[in-house]
Amino acid sequence: MSLVKLSNINKIYELDAGLTFQALKNLNLSIEKGEFVAIVGPSGSGKSTLMNLLGLLDKPTTGSYELDGHNVAQLRENTLAELRNKKIGFIFQNFNLLKRTSALNNVALPLIYSGVPRQLRIERAKKALEEVGLADKLNSLPNQLSGGQQQRVAIARALVTNPEVLLADEPTGNLDSKNGEEVIKLFQELHKQGRTIILITHDRNIAKSAKRVIHVKDGEIL
Amino acid sequence: MNILETLQLSITSILSNRLRSFLTILGIVIGVTSVILLISLVSGLKSFITNQISGLGSNIIFVIPGRIGGGRGPGGSQINRLTFQDATNLKNGLREEAEVSAAITKVSTVKFANKESKNSSVIGTQSNFPKIIKLVKVTQGRFLSSSEGESGKRVVVIGPTVKTNLFNSTNPINKSITIGNARYQVIGVLASRGSNFGIDQDNVVIIPLNAAQRQFGVTNLNAIYISANTTEKVKDVQTKAMQILLKRLSEDDFTVQTQEQTLSTVSQITGVLTAALGGIAAISLIVGGIGVMNIMLVSVTERTKEIGLRKALGAKPQDIKNQFLIEAVTLSSLGGIIGIILGFGFSLIINQFFITVVPLWSVLLSFGFSTLVGIVFGVAPAIRAARLDPIQALRYE
Ligand SMILES: Nc1ncnc2c1ncn2[C@@H]1O[C@H](COP(=O)(O)OP(=O)(O)OP(=O)(O)O)[C@@H](O)[C@H]1O
Ligand SMILES: [Mg+2]
Repeated sequence: MSLVKLSNINKIYELDAGLTFQALKNLNLSIEKGEFVAIVGPSGSGKSTLMNLLGLLDKPTTGSYELDGHNVAQLRENTLAELRNKKIGFIFQNFNLLKRTSALNNVALPLIYSGVPRQLRIERAKKALEEVGLADKLNSLPNQLSGGQQQRVAIARALVTNPEVLLADEPTGNLDSKNGEEVIKLFQELHKQGRTIILITHDRNIAKSAKRVIHVKDGEIL
Repeated sequence: MNILETLQLSITSILSNRLRSFLTILGIVIGVTSVILLISLVSGLKSFITNQISGLGSNIIFVIPGRIGGGRGPGGSQINRLTFQDATNLKNGLREEAEVSAAITKVSTVKFANKESKNSSVIGTQSNFPKIIKLVKVTQGRFLSSSEGESGKRVVVIGPTVKTNLFNSTNPINKSITIGNARYQVIGVLASRGSNFGIDQDNVVIIPLNAAQRQFGVTNLNAIYISANTTEKVKDVQTKAMQILLKRLSEDDFTVQTQEQTLSTVSQITGVLTAALGGIAAISLIVGGIGVMNIMLVSVTERTKEIGLRKALGAKPQDIKNQFLIEAVTLSSLGGIIGIILGFGFSLIINQFFITVVPLWSVLLSFGFSTLVGIVFGVAPAIRAARLDPIQALRYE
């Protein structure tokens, strides 16, 4: 059984004045448990749209999405929240860190909703930040961090829950090649541990490190 | 996500927006402060009046002109038909079981040499007045004798304020003072009763009833005081007094009230006052609550992105709802607590001048009410926040 199974997915955005835009067109995709998949494609091709569907943040206009055998359309709001929290680690293209909240507390945030006690939350958040090389920035606010550092905080936040599936939207976009390589090494490590990793990237080298590359163009898989 | 975590979250959020939080709760602070303050004033007034009335002695029965609770207010525009004759009838009829003393009250200026005491209460009464009104005590000289009380001889017992105003510390006994335009000889000085609510109870002179009737040209009485010999007899004496008065007067001409009834009238009046003031203050609390709702709605909009992120990271609608609801309740209870402290402080300050009493129930009520306001007005913004769609909220700019 596939971990992810998309069948005939269409995503149509409603624009102003009754106009629509079809971002995903009749898309079919299966990803097995433990796969390391890279999604590549030009800007505006629908990669983030696809990622949001996979991460249960958005719903397709038509088509079905089965996650681990469950039909997502039939899941209740609370179940979706639990899946987002426990099963999925999501790294946003634009970080989405809480302002006026320290790196440590940003990383600890998802653990609040997993019911992890405060002390343990802090410990785990610290460890996650150390793993991405930010042990010295625990108390920095997002606006006191560089773009690459913010990106690494976002990565730490996705890893802190030990998710089965890691969805990463351009996780290395703001990193220099050295830091980028570190992150990819980390992903490969996680992949070896059996986690499923789906990442969007423009970087050919990074795409090469994945076992499978999916090309998207104009909302379709090539 | 448990309540304690949520509470912590809301406190963090309140503290990180201090000025806005303060402005949000200002309405509630003002509302609660005024509830506490107004209720403390009315309660103070009640305890003052109650003490005054109780101080008179528990066996006292008042006869006053006009009818209380008969549609028209007491006194008012009614004609006063209560006369000395009624007092005499009562005195004769109740000889065995009670003391009876009539009184006329006027206001006048009292002078001695070039000094004067303005707006003094002039009480015309009889020699047994102190036997009935126990608060009236003589510290120097003597009270009216029974012959003086009846005859209208121009003698006067002066209150401490009048004494200070006219004589400083010199001896006033046997001095001749002017009340209005008539001369009176001082025979005694009263003990101090203090002042309250801005009324100086020591600015008083007591003269024989007859002298007062002649000087002021009145035959009507302002009150007849009856003191039953024993507490058990109070009811009987009241009934008997009414029968005696009805021989000459009609039911609408007078009211006979025991002290117990007077106290319950006071209770009723202060109860109505409390309800009226409380109602006004409650309205201001509701207005404060609308302020909280307004800011919470703004806050939900402002924090749309944060809500989207929390949902993306696994927050359930219930978690988001609780977060905003508890934030609203924390804010409004905080406003309640600050208001209680301020109200208490102000009433302590006012207590220097008037008696104020802050009853526990008013503290509990205003705290409860402000918390309730937080719940009622926090629900709508909280529900709105909980319903936000994660991806749309995340995209919100
Ligand atoms: N909320 C939206 N409303 C309308 N159109 C949208 C919305 N989100 C995305 N689109 C459109 O859908 C298309 C795909 O967007 P998407 O964000 O998926 O691109 P992408 O492949 O992630 O590009 P990039 O590499 O630049 O991040 C774009 O043309 C975009 O304009
Ligand atoms: Mg994108």
